[in-house]
Amino acid sequence: MKRVLAVILLALASGCATTNGDERDPLEGFNRGVYRFNEEFDEHLAKPVATAYRKALHPEIRSRVSNFFGNIHDIFIGVNNILQGKLGDGVNDWTRFAFNSTFGLLGLHDVASEWGYEKHNEDFGQTFGRWRVGPGPYLILPFLGSSTLRDGLGTVVDYTVAPLGEVRPIALRNSLHGLNLVNTRAELLDASRLLEEAALDKYVFQRDAYLQRRRSLIYDGRPPREKLE
Amino acid sequence: MRKTFAVAMAACLGFFPPAASAQEAPDALVKSVTLEVVDLIAKDKEIKAGSRAKLIEVIEAKVLPHFNFGAMTALAMGQNWGKASPEQKKRLTAEFKTLLVRTYASALAAYSEQKFDFRPLRAKPTDTDVTVNVRVLQPGAQPVTLDYSMEKTAAGWKVYDVMVGGVSLVANYRTEFANTVRASGVDGLIRDLEKKNRSLQEKK
Repeated sequence: MKRVLAVILLALASGCATTNGDERDPLEGFNRGVYRFNEEFDEHLAKPVATAYRKALHPEIRSRVSNFFGNIHDIFIGVNNILQGKLGDGVNDWTRFAFNSTFGLLGLHDVASEWGYEKHNEDFGQTFGRWRVGPGPYLILPFLGSSTLRDGLGTVVDYTVAPLGEVRPIALRNSLHGLNLVNTRAELLDASRLLEEAALDKYVFQRDAYLQRRRSLIYDGRPPREKLE
Repeated sequence: MRKTFAVAMAACLGFFPPAASAQEAPDALVKSVTLEVVDLIAKDKEIKAGSRAKLIEVIEAKVLPHFNFGAMTALAMGQNWGKASPEQKKRLTAEFKTLLVRTYASALAAYSEQKFDFRPLRAKPTDTDVTVNVRVLQPGAQPVTLDYSMEKTAAGWKVYDVMVGGVSLVANYRTEFANTVRASGVDGLIRDLEKKNRSLQEKK
């Protein structure tokens, strides 16, 4: 563990020396290192597995899998909405969880959406943002990809409170985690292909898109307009 | 007298079309173009079979006339736009347009009969710069927002930026463009865009 830490610190230090000056990304050198690692991991493992998974399973079944994990997630989307003072939205999220867990057969069917209870997108990183915590430096997390210091801490909280971690036996818990990850990567296959095609410099394009996206999410899609000139 | 009146009536009806059709409202325009394109894609056998060329053809015919690529390129270039010669501007705009059309075609190819929610326009009738909001609804996930920034011109409303899920396409190219211009000048950027477009062309 100590050795890993030393390697990270070393990379961090060398990274700092080679940045070329985007103020939102002072750790660019380090980030690009992690980015390369993630790309390798994705190319050789995550993407092939996700592609095979998508080929093997009918869209209907994949959508059940997404619904199942999404349903559990709704509890914490609700918690975050309450923490951000949006009581109505929080109640909406918990109503979704109640309906989908029962009428939707343990969340496999998203009946709540059909009944007008829309799904939201919230997490602890967004809650911190609502509480006026700035994003801090941009960070690329191993395996997880784009983040910031604030959102990374949010992710730690997200994982800590997630009920999936409490599932026993361990083998079942790990299988569920694995399924969730593969399913998530499969959902992103179209988006990652699009990124591949649109970007001149994928690292920069992805970073800017992430930062724009998070800003928009914190304001629930209605951020104060920044006029381009 | 009666004849004059009749002529005047005819002139009113025939030669001066009602203002609404002379310049379609921006939200109505987005809705009609979106539905038309989606309908064309659903019916076209070649596109369904995966023909990217045919899809691009449809986009060029139906969507492109409503975009102002000059404005989009200028916004993506920011301050560097002023440094480009008229010839460079022309080439930049052409290459950027090709890239955006390809990206747009890719995004459309992933479309699979999601439903649209066209939001009512929140603007005054006198506004000349508006944002038209559309949401793509998909069960089990948060709706994806598409926000079209549009400007009123003599030739009708023109789109100069698209925000997908809160990410402005034009703004997203800004850093890339600025970095490339800083490193290798405006010509370097034109070269990079050409190279990118060529590689996408070859892949198909």
